[in-house]
Amino acid sequence: MTERHLVRTAVNGVEYERTVEPRLLLSDFLRQELGLTGTHVGCEHGVCGACTVLVDGHSARSCLFLAVQADGSRIETVESLGAVDDLSPLQEAFREHHALQCGFCTPGMLMTCVDLLQSYPLASDVEIRDGLSGNLCRCTGYEHIVRAVRAMAAKR
Amino acid sequence: MVATERYSLAQSLVPLLNFRVVRPNVLIDINRLTMLDFVEEHDGGLRIGALTRHHTLETSPLVRYRFPVLAAAMQHVAHLAIRNRGTIGGSLSHADPASELPMLALLLDAEIQTSAACRAAADFFVGPLTTALADDELVTEIVLPALPPKTGWGFEEFSLRAGDFAVAAVAATLTGADGKIAKARLAAMGVGETPLRLLAAEAALTGQPFTAQLATEAAQLARDEVDPSSDLRASAGYRRHLVAALTERALETAWARAR
Repeated sequence: MTERHLVRTAVNGVEYERTVEPRLLLSDFLRQELGLTGTHVGCEHGVCGACTVLVDGHSARSCLFLAVQADGSRIETVESLGAVDDLSPLQEAFREHHALQCGFCTPGMLMTCVDLLQSYPLASDVEIRDGLSGNLCRCTGYEHIVRAVRAMAAKR
Repeated sequence: MVATERYSLAQSLVPLLNFRVVRPNVLIDINRLTMLDFVEEHDGGLRIGALTRHHTLETSPLVRYRFPVLAAAMQHVAHLAIRNRGTIGGSLSHADPASELPMLALLLDAEIQTSAACRAAADFFVGPLTTALADDELVTEIVLPALPPKTGWGFEEFSLRAGDFAVAAVAATLTGADGKIAKARLAAMGVGETPLRLLAAEAALTGQPFTAQLATEAAQLARDEVDPSSDLRASAGYRRHLVAALTERALETAWARAR
């Protein structure tokens, strides 16, 4: 029988306490233990970026992170940004520039963009595309996502 | 089967766990050893704690000042979300032959301090994903010795997509004195089972006045001293071609910065 571990973590400002197996990934912890299904799971090996969240303010792949490691950490998921009738400025920019189609990559794109906007100047489209290169989108061809990020970078 | 794994290389280890390629009985997470997360001046060089993140190396003013080649190389490592978590100790211990930090450790003549010994980068990388580390040995810090004055650097990487593993990369440092190359160091990755020094090219450059023709000749020597394999990303022949092209560019850039 695998030993279980206590995890105390603040997700989107709410304190949670769960006892979990050490092998549980943070992505599965968020979705299955906490019911926060906004974080999507794509490749489960750190390639597609769909599961990106913020850990203590910095973007991280939640599929490359064990839930037990999150003990004592502050996590932000896409649910922290806004709601359908109250979009955050970044979500509003995505809507305005048609930066999503099926929406599967969008939670990871948004959380990645939060960190890109706080970490880099994003002065050129090359830099924006480099920043987005770790998140796969199979619908948009990226152009509209680049436009949304460009608009947000200019507004800072 | 792996009995224990140190867990500072999560960005590479967790995919292996997720694929059930490794099934460790015990996993030790060292992320809370925050005393291993530091960048400090050291005799004109730097001491870097094993738990220092790639993104810290990318942005640290000290790293940019003392070893701009290291800061520049970090921009080629995967993506921000990976660089936020990946560590120098983890990357060196993982020893991927197409990974930037092992090549930089070799180029910059790093000393790799572990819980048991002080190991030279030249003796550290034994094979693909294999190092001289014993099972119970942990990398604790990396010492980069000072570069001589008037040393310029070049870093050239070719990958199929931004942030993807390199097909090949070459890094160079050239030290100028009286219009000649007093010291040349060249390292390559993605073209062997470990990162490699390009010794024949270094020897041809040392003591010579820099010319475009000399850079071309050194690049040809570099191409002839590597013996890469073919894989899904590129053929062996294409990799050799890349080594020549990247070496020539890295040398031109390094010399321009050396003067």
